[in-house]
Amino acid sequence: MKIVVCVKHVTDATADQKFEADNTVDRVNVDGLLSELDEYAVEQSLQLKEKNEDAEVVALCVGPEKAADAVRKALQMGADSGVHVSDEAIAGSDAIATAKVLAAAVNKIGGADVVVTGMASTDGAMSVVPAMLAELLDLPQVTFASVVESQGAEFRIKRDGDVATEIIGATAPLVLSVTDQSGEARYPSFKGIMAAKKKPVENWSLSDLGVDASEVGLGAAWTAVVETTARPARTAGEIVTDEGGSGAQALVNFLAGKKFI
Amino acid sequence: MHMTEILVLVDHVDGAVRKPAFELLAIAKRLGSPSAVFIGTADQVGAATESLTKFGADKVYVVDDAAVKGYLVAPKAEVLAQLAQKAGAGAVLITSSAEGKEVAGRLAIKLQSGVITDAVDVQAGPVTTQSVFAGNYTVQAKVTKGTPIITVKPNAAAPEETAGAGAREDFVPTISDSARKARIVASQPRVASGRPELTEAAIVVSGGRGTGGNFEPVEKFADSLGAAVGASRAAVDSGWVPHAYQVGQTGKTVSPQLYVAAGISGAIQHRAGMQTSKTIVAVNKDEEAPLFELVDLGIVGDLHAVLPAATEAIVARKG
Repeated sequence: MKIVVCVKHVTDATADQKFEADNTVDRVNVDGLLSELDEYAVEQSLQLKEKNEDAEVVALCVGPEKAADAVRKALQMGADSGVHVSDEAIAGSDAIATAKVLAAAVNKIGGADVVVTGMASTDGAMSVVPAMLAELLDLPQVTFASVVESQGAEFRIKRDGDVATEIIGATAPLVLSVTDQSGEARYPSFKGIMAAKKKPVENWSLSDLGVDASEVGLGAAWTAVVETTARPARTAGEIVTDEGGSGAQALVNFLAGKKFI
Repeated sequence: MHMTEILVLVDHVDGAVRKPAFELLAIAKRLGSPSAVFIGTADQVGAATESLTKFGADKVYVVDDAAVKGYLVAPKAEVLAQLAQKAGAGAVLITSSAEGKEVAGRLAIKLQSGVITDAVDVQAGPVTTQSVFAGNYTVQAKVTKGTPIITVKPNAAAPEETAGAGAREDFVPTISDSARKARIVASQPRVASGRPELTEAAIVVSGGRGTGGNFEPVEKFADSLGAAVGASRAAVDSGWVPHAYQVGQTGKTVSPQLYVAAGISGAIQHRAGMQTSKTIVAVNKDEEAPLFELVDLGIVGDLHAVLPAATEAIVARKG
């Protein structure tokens, strides 16, 4: 079983995230790391490997040079090899172009029985790339899995929707995305960190994938940002310290003043 | 003058149209002529068409769900792709739920069109407004290729009760075999709480670590306001409430008229899920809680004292 897990290097949500002059996300001057939500995808990939003989896990990342950190983290956790697609032309790509590059890389890897992703990135958070990947690779999607069960190529996942909880079934090859409820991600062990240094990582450019540079990047995006505006700091609200019921009184007065009651 | 059709995928539960679909119709009216796409069973069509017309649908495409039901996402994207092409649609609007965004993602590839998700506003153009980086930036964007596909968050517009023409047109889609590979094996509707759905509610009251596991003051206060109940990840991870309550990056994103956070310090992951709320109130014992930076009103105090007293006063006012 070949498992390809997509990992994204994201800007740190607790850092001071900002936009560049061309309205793309500043990914160079802001600290980055493996998207926390992708750690759950790596974890599920490793669990799949553990229950299937002859399984291998390839960590696939599309991103600038420093995104290599995300691949390394996946290798330290236990992935067998890495593929890092990096090309200046990719900068500013939208979700569709990103999905195209990922799909081309999955094909070059030789296809996958299971493509595993997180439920969303922690920066863009569109949650559309797994569905796009499935569409481009013509695969079924079993997505937003909070529980993953499999027996060979047969998969069953639990998906918690807004109005119902569903069990989704499909047969590999497929695209699987997992939520943060799917199981705690393991920490790399010291042994894992040492072993990761010897694991193979392929570095591919767009030409290695046969993707034309004109299909990706900011210029090829099918959406355009018109304007980005830093949100004005919320004007400091009223702070009341509760003493002998004054807090509840202030709360009720406020709600009445705003016509909520 | 013939106006461009704007397709609206109707989100409904067993035929009962959900509020966000009416909001999408109000937005569609700004862009052209609203055409609702209702995928359901024959016995649901009458009532659904009536309510969709009442809220502005000029046309209601009715698709029998026999060929669609039981499969995840992909068939719906095929229905919309075929309808968008047939109607020469000017845009496709979908509710920004997990499923809605996935339908949009597949549709974008099929139509070779740009997609924008999580819009909090859409105006003529269409130009969308999104809130990013945990609400610290507002982004205005537009689709530059193909048919704009836009997923819109609940509460982005008020439903407008202005009747449309409501012409019913049955549509029979062609669903491919490959769209029927992810099967819905079982479905269990969420147990009705009697409260509004979290993402749609006008008022949300959430509890966090500060509840210490006792959600009763939060729930009673919520009920006095007719609000939905939410929770922080800390409260969910502690097993105090189900994951369906979680507001934040990996839970629901809410944008109600009023958000009350009780015993929630306000980690960035939580703020990402509620920062676009119109009015924010926090109750917390810790005056250093980061959420106090965002509030319109902050009460430094014990939620176990403040909320019950406030609940009592609200109930008394209502008489």
